Amino acid sequence: MTSTRKNTLALVVLMILLGVTLEAAYLDLGVLHTPAAMLIGLAKAVLIVLIFMRLRPSEPLVMLAFTAGLFWLLIMFTLTLGDYFTRS
Amino acid sequence: MSEPAAEIAHQFADAGQQRDAATFGMWIFLCTEVLLFGALFLGYTVYRLQNPEAFDEAAAHTLIVAGSINTAILLVSSFCVAVAVHLAEQGDRLRVTLLLCTAALLGALFLAVKAYEYNHKIHEGFFPGHSFHFAGADSRGVEMFFVLYFTMTGLHALHVAIGVAVLTGYGVAVLLAQRPARLTTAVDLAGLYWHFVDIVWVFLFPLFYLVGRAP
Repeated sequence: MTSTRKNTLALVVLMILLGVTLEAAYLDLGVLHTPAAMLIGLAKAVLIVLIFMRLRPSEPLVMLAFTAGLFWLLIMFTLTLGDYFTRS
Repeated sequence: MSEPAAEIAHQFADAGQQRDAATFGMWIFLCTEVLLFGALFLGYTVYRLQNPEAFDEAAAHTLIVAGSINTAILLVSSFCVAVAVHLAEQGDRLRVTLLLCTAALLGALFLAVKAYEYNHKIHEGFFPGHSFHFAGADSRGVEMFFVLYFTMTGLHALHVAIGVAVLTGYGVAVLLAQRPARLTTAVDLAGLYWHFVDIVWVFLFPLFYLVGRAP
């Protein structure tokens, strides 16, 4: 697949996901509401990172920077939320 | 694409190494941006878990149509940049300029919609501080939502504004440059930044616009 076709396809899927997430916002999903919206957001982000930003697992340095960012984000969330929700 | 030896800074062995170093640097910068925005997302998470009803109520007051239009605008804009990066590698400078300027214009449109939204919210009395007023029960929680709303979308809008300037700058530079091949890596890196700004919005959108809509 040529690069332009890949990008076009990604845009179409991203727009569909935007429609899906809007539709889902008005459904009665209860507590699953935000997890569903964030999951669709995550799907969009993955598409953008892989297709638009061309992140390739074969480039070790870039993958290192990318995973380090996510890992530090995970540490920040885990420690902070761990603190806030174990206080008496 | 191969660059003539003169285009390679003396600390690099070849063009490939120079390009890889620049790309690596850009991704490290984006990591720091992830943590900058991440801290704000974490703040949102903590306050939302503490005030779930207030956040539901407050979020129902954001303009979902404006937010959705802005999401579409940024996605199309990102697409333009992705295609521009590809065409820059092929040396199609006219179309690269056209696409980068289109992307910048879409970014400006995003900011215009954002300005309309802010104006609307401020007139409704949702701007936190002295002028904030909300008739409902949990007005402190609602105010906190709007503190986060203005901070997070404001910081994001600042990034969009910088992106508009950068994309316009490179769009013009590619057209006027005597050796546009020198700009290929720069356009690629500007693209990475622009896509990152898009990703941040992809997460801001559900948290500020889609909450509290269900019956």
